[in-house]
Amino acid sequence: MKHTAARLTAMLIVLAARFITAVRGIWQGVEPVPEQRIYFANHSSNGDFVLIWTALPARIRARTRPVAGSDYWLRSPVKTFVIRDVFDAVLIDRNPETRREDPVAAMTEALDGGASLILFPEGTRNTTDARLLPFKPGLFHLARARPEVPLVPVWIENLNRVMPKGEIVPIPLICTVTFGAAIRVAPDEDKAAFLSRAAAALLATGSLEERAA
Amino acid sequence: MSGWDGHLLGLVAGVGAILLVATLIGAVLRRRVPADGAPMVENFNARVKAWWAMVALIALAFLGGKTGLTVLFALCSFAALREFMTLTRTRRADHWAAAASFFVVLPVQYYLVWTDWYGLYSVFIPVYAFLLLPIVAVFRGDSADFLGRVAETQWALMTCVFCLSHVPALLYLSIPGFEGGNILLIAFLVFVVQFSDVMQYVFGKLFGRARIAPHVSPSKTVAGFVGGVLSASLAGACLWWITPFSFVQAGLIALVITLMGFLGGLVMSAIKRDRGVKDWGHVIPGHGGFIDRLDSVIFSAPIFFHMVRYWWSVT
Repeated sequence: MKHTAARLTAMLIVLAARFITAVRGIWQGVEPVPEQRIYFANHSSNGDFVLIWTALPARIRARTRPVAGSDYWLRSPVKTFVIRDVFDAVLIDRNPETRREDPVAAMTEALDGGASLILFPEGTRNTTDARLLPFKPGLFHLARARPEVPLVPVWIENLNRVMPKGEIVPIPLICTVTFGAAIRVAPDEDKAAFLSRAAAALLATGSLEERAA
Repeated sequence: MSGWDGHLLGLVAGVGAILLVATLIGAVLRRRVPADGAPMVENFNARVKAWWAMVALIALAFLGGKTGLTVLFALCSFAALREFMTLTRTRRADHWAAAASFFVVLPVQYYLVWTDWYGLYSVFIPVYAFLLLPIVAVFRGDSADFLGRVAETQWALMTCVFCLSHVPALLYLSIPGFEGGNILLIAFLVFVVQFSDVMQYVFGKLFGRARIAPHVSPSKTVAGFVGGVLSASLAGACLWWITPFSFVQAGLIALVITLMGFLGGLVMSAIKRDRGVKDWGHVIPGHGGFIDRLDSVIFSAPIFFHMVRYWWSVT
């Protein structure tokens, strides 16, 4: 019963995302093949992972889990249902004071279960004029823990205009999701160097999108 | 089945025959053309394939009558407005005005058309929406580029919603001796305008050397313009039997709407160029976005509507 409701909700969410954004996946650096990956993306709206999820082909989508903040998503029964049952998210507590489980351990466990991950290394929604906020170190630790899994930068364009933080009604505007060339952490690479290289790869994917459009 | 239905069926069958020929040409080209011409052939085949889908869709809407056609064009307006608003420079402060454009103005306009309230739908957007939306925007207290933002939203509504809603509005004109045949006015308009676009493409590709507006549209040629407008006007004249017009009248009306369609294409190209994009969208393979396919209909529909209303309709 709950499973059917979740499947149905997932279908409705994908349909609504298509209706509002006509989202199109642009595969610039990698092909849409079902290999295990960590997709890392810019974050400006709560709809971000929905958009990536919608842009993925259905068979890849089924094996891809978003990483989401439990401190935000477990606040109401509806949100909990959506994030747990519909998206099967890997929930992490972003607050170091209250958390009981290490976020990197939770993500590593999900990777070991065979899933691909969608994650937002900025850690929170970007409401500034800067293209990206500084990356949190989680991406580096995850990459070090499972160095064989490719990290694919994903640039989401326009969704911040569709539904800016604080607005309730979305405006229909065309969005694109661009998948860039995968990166991997080098054996001797330190945290700062890797994070700045990852951010540069994501920004480069964003400018690819501009040329493609 | 009335005589008008037979005419409509005949026209749809004729379009099907044209597409069949185009599909065969595409198949032959794919085998014969050397590799360097392949992208153009692929684009041609993608266009033909999309045409099959678009013709099937509008034929289905014809079956749905007034409601079916009103819903189809309301959805086209929605998709067009979505593409247009994507290219505007609206800011956070325009959020309510933009949301109202999609979820209030658009449905109300089509509802008014559907209920045949001519007195209101012909002024609803240019009077009420144009005055109320800037008021909604001004409450957010951001005056940066205010005139530009207001003007862009208004022009988006004017073209994508107001102009396009005149297509289903044709269903409500009362023309003595043409009762029950109004659906053919839509068929005539859409066929002539789209046929002109197609012939502009064909003449342009075959004989096009000189570009007609190199600074605005790289794909429009003098040969395409002359060949497209003349052949579509002639085709329109030859379709007089499905309309309330005589042969000469049908030809002249077709000339006016193909000219408007061509000029509409130029105007919309100028907007694309200004914003640095090649197509309005990517929804229709080979063609681009909805506005790429509808720009000529947008500019010709209100003019066609008012010509028929003034000279033929008794309402």
